Amino acid sequence: MAKKLMKGCEAIGEAAIQAGCRLFFGYPITPQNEIPEYMSGRLPQVGGTFVQAESEVAASNMLYGAAGAGCRCFTSSSSPGISLMAEAMSYIAASELPVVFVNIMRAGPGLGGILPSQADYRQATKGGGHGDYRLLVLAPSTVQEAADLMMEAFDLADKYRSPVMILGDGLIGQMMEPVEFKRHIEPEDLPSKPWATTGADGRAPNIINSLYLNPEDLEKHNWDLARKFQAMASEVRHEIYLADEKLDVLIVAYGSVARISRTSIDALREKGLKVGLFRPITLYPYPAEALARAVELADRVLVTELNTGQMVDDVRAVVAGRRPVEFFGRVGGMIMSAEELAEHVERIAAVPV
Amino acid sequence: MYSEIIMAGFGGQGVLLIGKLLAYAGMKGGLEVTWMPAYGPEMRGGTCNCTVVLSDRQVGSPISRSPHGAVVLNLQSIDKFEPTIRPGGIMVVNTSLINREAVRKDLIVVPVAANQIALEAGSAKATNMVALGAFLGASGLVDISLVKSTLAETFAGRPKIVQLNHVCLDKGFAIGLTYAAVPAGR
Repeated sequence: MAKKLMKGCEAIGEAAIQAGCRLFFGYPITPQNEIPEYMSGRLPQVGGTFVQAESEVAASNMLYGAAGAGCRCFTSSSSPGISLMAEAMSYIAASELPVVFVNIMRAGPGLGGILPSQADYRQATKGGGHGDYRLLVLAPSTVQEAADLMMEAFDLADKYRSPVMILGDGLIGQMMEPVEFKRHIEPEDLPSKPWATTGADGRAPNIINSLYLNPEDLEKHNWDLARKFQAMASEVRHEIYLADEKLDVLIVAYGSVARISRTSIDALREKGLKVGLFRPITLYPYPAEALARAVELADRVLVTELNTGQMVDDVRAVVAGRRPVEFFGRVGGMIMSAEELAEHVERIAAVPV
Repeated sequence: MYSEIIMAGFGGQGVLLIGKLLAYAGMKGGLEVTWMPAYGPEMRGGTCNCTVVLSDRQVGSPISRSPHGAVVLNLQSIDKFEPTIRPGGIMVVNTSLINREAVRKDLIVVPVAANQIALEAGSAKATNMVALGAFLGASGLVDISLVKSTLAETFAGRPKIVQLNHVCLDKGFAIGLTYAAVPAGR
């Protein structure tokens, strides 16, 4: 199939269609409006249904219903809208339903601004909603990867009967890059879901529920869920760039910032500095073991994000004091240039260890 | 080869479109490409702009602080971007709307009366095509035939539009050729 030039948002929408998703419930918010816009045009073409809900609260609860009825479905939003969906995420995880959430992050907190940020890392990886649950979080760095991970997100959501989040940002969402859709599946060819509420004629009724008033039952349910989230560790994924040798500085970054880092690294390497990149792809589960191994090869670590310091806490926990860990962030929708990041790396590399 | 190009003008001049055309043509020519629109505070002051990166290897950052080339269609755009272009870079200047000389002496400046040429060819709406043609002629970054075929596909049912755009691309190209230099970027 020939490559098409598409915006990240559009590629995510098309990937959902290719993955057999025929339901989208959403609400407008910049910088992800192209997703509902794309789905509103595309879904009728394939016999699907598009609903612009009255709010993100409504959209996320519509997902609960659709997923409970056994259908692949997703929603997209950006930061403030994702906050509105937090309760539904908790209910969906508790009820063990497969749903995909897409967050095209913008600058916060509050209403903030419309430009890109990575300030929802903590929200995404530490829960977002209440209670003992996790989201499986995938962070693409290119439009192609956004399409690939979006398709996989549906499979992972079904595999674990749990919500999965694609954590993108306004840069990935708005940029255009060549993309091809490598797989295609029709809804009728999807594996059946015997637990779903599809009509109880001829069988015992299925119940989708998160209320367990009996504390012994709820205790068991919580530990069952915890084991499931631990089992997600087998999905952990990362990528390295020029980080398989001794390094002056190891950059740790994900998403858009990871790709900006590559440009910095290329420039720094021309100057003779040994710099590499560790790029987590799953943010939950976090590739802690692989990161620990990569850190062993480096004298220093620099975590760079579009926030005031979120993933850096997880990196510091992994490094556990064995190397100096520095942080460089831009916020408010400002994005570091490759040159600016490179200058920062040079400054850090000049400090003797 | 790694080239970062900025297209800038006021909203409605079609700068985003010529950026997309350049990106499409680059992709068809087997290059890795990105197209990134400015959609925030950078737009204050009247400039609408996009950044196109063309590369023979994976593209890192889709935005650039110091592009290798620029196409500037109005005064605010040359004011904003002229200082940022790398030495030796190409700057296509729409002299129909920009009434000053370039300040930089270390750029390859390609002046082209894009509005006037487009109007004479049939429509001032094709100003952007004249400017894009000039950039292609001067830089040799991407084959103009790839841009023309993309246009033809995009406007498949409207041969007169295709014809007008092709004519304007060619006129700009001919001017750009006279300034032809080593392709922008390393």
